[in-house]
Amino acid sequence: MGTRSHPNNLFSCEPNRSKLLSQLWQHQINNRYISEDAIAALATEHNLSAIEVAGVASFYHFFHRQPAGRHTIYINNSIIAELKGYERIREAFERETGARLGSVDPTGTFGLFETPCIGLSDQEPAALIDFFPFTNLNAIKVKEIIRKIKEGRAVHEIADSPPANIRFLPPNDRTLFFAPYTRGEVIRKLANLTPEEVIEQLRIGELAGRGGAFFPTWKKWSTCRTFPESPKFIVCNADEGEPGTFKDRVLLQHQPGSVIEGMITAGFAVGAAYGIIYLRGEYRWMLPTVEEEIDQFYQAGLLGKNIAGINGFHFDLRLEVGAGAYVCGEETALLESMEGKRGEPRTKWFYPVEKGYLQLPTVVNNVETFAAATRLLQFGSFEYLKRGIPGSAGTKLISVSGDCQRPGLYEIEWGITVAELLEICGAEDPFFIQVSGPSGECISIKEKFRRISMLDLLAQKDIRCGGSFMIFNRQRDLVHILLNFCSFFKHESCGVCTPCRAGNFILQRKLEKISHGLADRNDLQDLRNWGNIMKSTSRCGLGKTASNSVLHAVDKFQDYFAKRFAEVDHSIYRQIDEHAAIAEYERYKP
Amino acid sequence: MATCTFWVDGKPYQAEEGTNLVDAAKTHGIFIPSLCYFQHIDPPLGTCRTCTCKINGRHSPACTEAVKEGLKVEVNTPELMDIRKALVEMMFAEGNHFCPACEKSGNCDLQHMGYELGISQSRFPHLFKDRLIDYQPKRMVMEHNRCIKCRRCVEEIFTTDGKRVFNYINRGNETRVGIDYEQEARLSDSDAEKAMAICPTGAIMVRGKSLSKPFGDRAFDLKSTQKHYSYNILDKPRATHFEKKTIATVSLAGCFGCHMSLLDIDTEILDIAELVSFNKSPLTDIKSFTQRCHLGLVEGGCCNTENIETLRKFREMCDTLVVMGECAVWGGLPAMRNTIPLGECLEEAYLNSVTSEPDATIVPYHEDLPKILNRVYACNEIVKVDYTIPGCPPSATHIWKVIKSLLWGEEYSLLYSEFKYD
Repeated sequence: MGTRSHPNNLFSCEPNRSKLLSQLWQHQINNRYISEDAIAALATEHNLSAIEVAGVASFYHFFHRQPAGRHTIYINNSIIAELKGYERIREAFERETGARLGSVDPTGTFGLFETPCIGLSDQEPAALIDFFPFTNLNAIKVKEIIRKIKEGRAVHEIADSPPANIRFLPPNDRTLFFAPYTRGEVIRKLANLTPEEVIEQLRIGELAGRGGAFFPTWKKWSTCRTFPESPKFIVCNADEGEPGTFKDRVLLQHQPGSVIEGMITAGFAVGAAYGIIYLRGEYRWMLPTVEEEIDQFYQAGLLGKNIAGINGFHFDLRLEVGAGAYVCGEETALLESMEGKRGEPRTKWFYPVEKGYLQLPTVVNNVETFAAATRLLQFGSFEYLKRGIPGSAGTKLISVSGDCQRPGLYEIEWGITVAELLEICGAEDPFFIQVSGPSGECISIKEKFRRISMLDLLAQKDIRCGGSFMIFNRQRDLVHILLNFCSFFKHESCGVCTPCRAGNFILQRKLEKISHGLADRNDLQDLRNWGNIMKSTSRCGLGKTASNSVLHAVDKFQDYFAKRFAEVDHSIYRQIDEHAAIAEYERYKP
Repeated sequence: MATCTFWVDGKPYQAEEGTNLVDAAKTHGIFIPSLCYFQHIDPPLGTCRTCTCKINGRHSPACTEAVKEGLKVEVNTPELMDIRKALVEMMFAEGNHFCPACEKSGNCDLQHMGYELGISQSRFPHLFKDRLIDYQPKRMVMEHNRCIKCRRCVEEIFTTDGKRVFNYINRGNETRVGIDYEQEARLSDSDAEKAMAICPTGAIMVRGKSLSKPFGDRAFDLKSTQKHYSYNILDKPRATHFEKKTIATVSLAGCFGCHMSLLDIDTEILDIAELVSFNKSPLTDIKSFTQRCHLGLVEGGCCNTENIETLRKFREMCDTLVVMGECAVWGGLPAMRNTIPLGECLEEAYLNSVTSEPDATIVPYHEDLPKILNRVYACNEIVKVDYTIPGCPPSATHIWKVIKSLLWGEEYSLLYSEFKYD
């Protein structure tokens, strides 16, 4: 079925259960929903109870348990989409399709839903129709699209092919990620290297993980190498879900070879024979591109048995497609998801390098990390070290979006200041900048002279950037932005631990209170305390970072919040909106 | 296994290496609250987070930590005690926990943790999310309002051929524990009862297996798990001499049960009558304040505009405001309607009820009638509240201990058996 790297084609060492996600996808694609019968059939096949299969299906929001229309439309509701006209697009889709948001039109033709960031923040407003991208939408374009679909045009024919929008590369040919690339160049070098030497190169080059945690890559690879269990796995985390990020999309679209080559190199270094790319469901439309590239690797003898003539070096690669769950970007949740389970993060009882996928030693790295590893070995670590600043070497891909003239991908050298980046991208009256997405840090324009680097672990002086850089101008409503983030986390929490599942809901209520002008200084203090409780007690990174932007904002934008306080005697009274409280009853006035 | 030394709050303790920290602490009489922890589930679930401590300087749940030589744990610092309390409060705010109307009350782990940690009120706004009560399983009733998603049942209850009966469904704040009807029907009676027993709340009930036992016979009625249970409402006593004081009382959206309980101190009431005079109160039938009072005692929350007005007046006229009973503290039983839109409640009661004639009945509305609020509000959502007394109703001794302490600075300690939500 499909190419050999297609999600349906498991490796011989994988249990049947690992197929579950792609089987659910098949039902979803073929029937537009996953019926009771489908659940029962899968339960029988895998010898599970129906509730266990239903539990998996209901975890991922691209899997529907009710028919989702012959054409399923997902409008992006991220904050960037909201700035760029989400509301108008939603209205246009509702008008043209006859479906209300969250439902299917009476004829069953169109299902209209929303989904968080689809990795096209530089081309918003955007939507996915049958998982094909439609970008830079406006009401007229929506009308056209729906008309064509109604006329029977195939969706994939009328879909957009999103441009890369690479706006900036380090001058004087200092680009790493977009330098000329020859398939197999690095793999052929491996013939003359030992795995230890490969790892040593990464160590000298100070390569750190680009998923956002900046863990030294060489350490991860060499630790994994020490475990005797076999087989081992190399997993590429292409579940780029952090709102505002799209760097991995551009890499996989335009430089998939460098990513694949990085995985093969990792396989060589740690002694792994299998690689899996976990592509987020939102990027399903990129599947053919990546599959095609993998095929090329197989044809060139760069995948399979005795790769590049290196005796005994076998490596196979396949794809897995996520189905809409931000939390699967957390590495242990991603592993659970690959095993055909709910994408719930594991406790840190073991690290994946020891017990990862199928409880076997596994290296999980981000797309950009693999690409960087390839480039580091291509150029050599000393050349690589020439970029960036001491202690923070190399370049970084940053996805810039929001209120600026040139949204798109920026490859910067570490050490650039926020002000410089704002200048290059043509930021318009910037006021509030969200760095590394909603789970990252928000900074005020007053902090524009901070450098972007990996140096500062606690990000007090320099600022670390995982890849998302969202710019908001002075007209934007800060509380509105925070509410968007909060609602995002409320839906995307895996729901396992109390502080994250309930905490985000509770923060949302508090922010609503502020936005209605009913709050006072105590409420701000509550936000602070409660955000810190979530931070220190949540089970995984999602919950630990979900309150970050709120915590930063209440400290950095105190004047802004003060303007929104209610005007009552806080010492004894609390403010409620009495008018709203009796509005419902007033309907019964004769 | 070798014995090792680990440190709790600066003191050394011995335990076998590899013992779970919750158990190791317990053997030494150190209480670490926990809800989802089960000795035999490996690896531990770590879902409820109520056992959060500082382990080697980092916040981490005790249940996911094995004791080893030199392990340094902080358990009872003010910060950590507050955090753990907050987590349990969060569960109360997230679910719809109406203890007085719950079959599990008295045998409920969640409620028990509330008692042990002295939670008289949740600091978080109650979310009042409407949730399903699932009556479809053959023997069980799933009360999703009460589920805290601890995952015990998911990991513990299997059919004889190893299939799960329970599993998480959905994601985010919509997460709930789903039950497989087919597999549930195949469970043995004892396994079904086991599911009910391991549920830390009243979320899993088996039909016909009543839990009802009189007060005193239930698991968590009388004895605390902690060696020294101490719960003090007042940090520092206020006044020091016994001068005569004035009290006002009122019942808002309540049932007068708290007032009944107030009178339950029998003959002691004669002593009290010497020391206090009642101003505005149902006990005196004085309708409006005639003077400023030392203490206001409020029963019930606010369900209409008149309640709000009265409560604000109480705040204005009383030096200290105490709310008593679940209704006043967070809405209580009247707040059961908070998960349902007001319109639906009114129409069900006045227009669509069995006894109402079509087109012959209306929803009462008159300018002289107080206006009904969209939901029941807790007293502290309307005014600043000085002290809260939980219970439905609170015991007479609890109420009077608070009053005496507040008015005359009497030091007191509350017994575990006097601190209840039902």
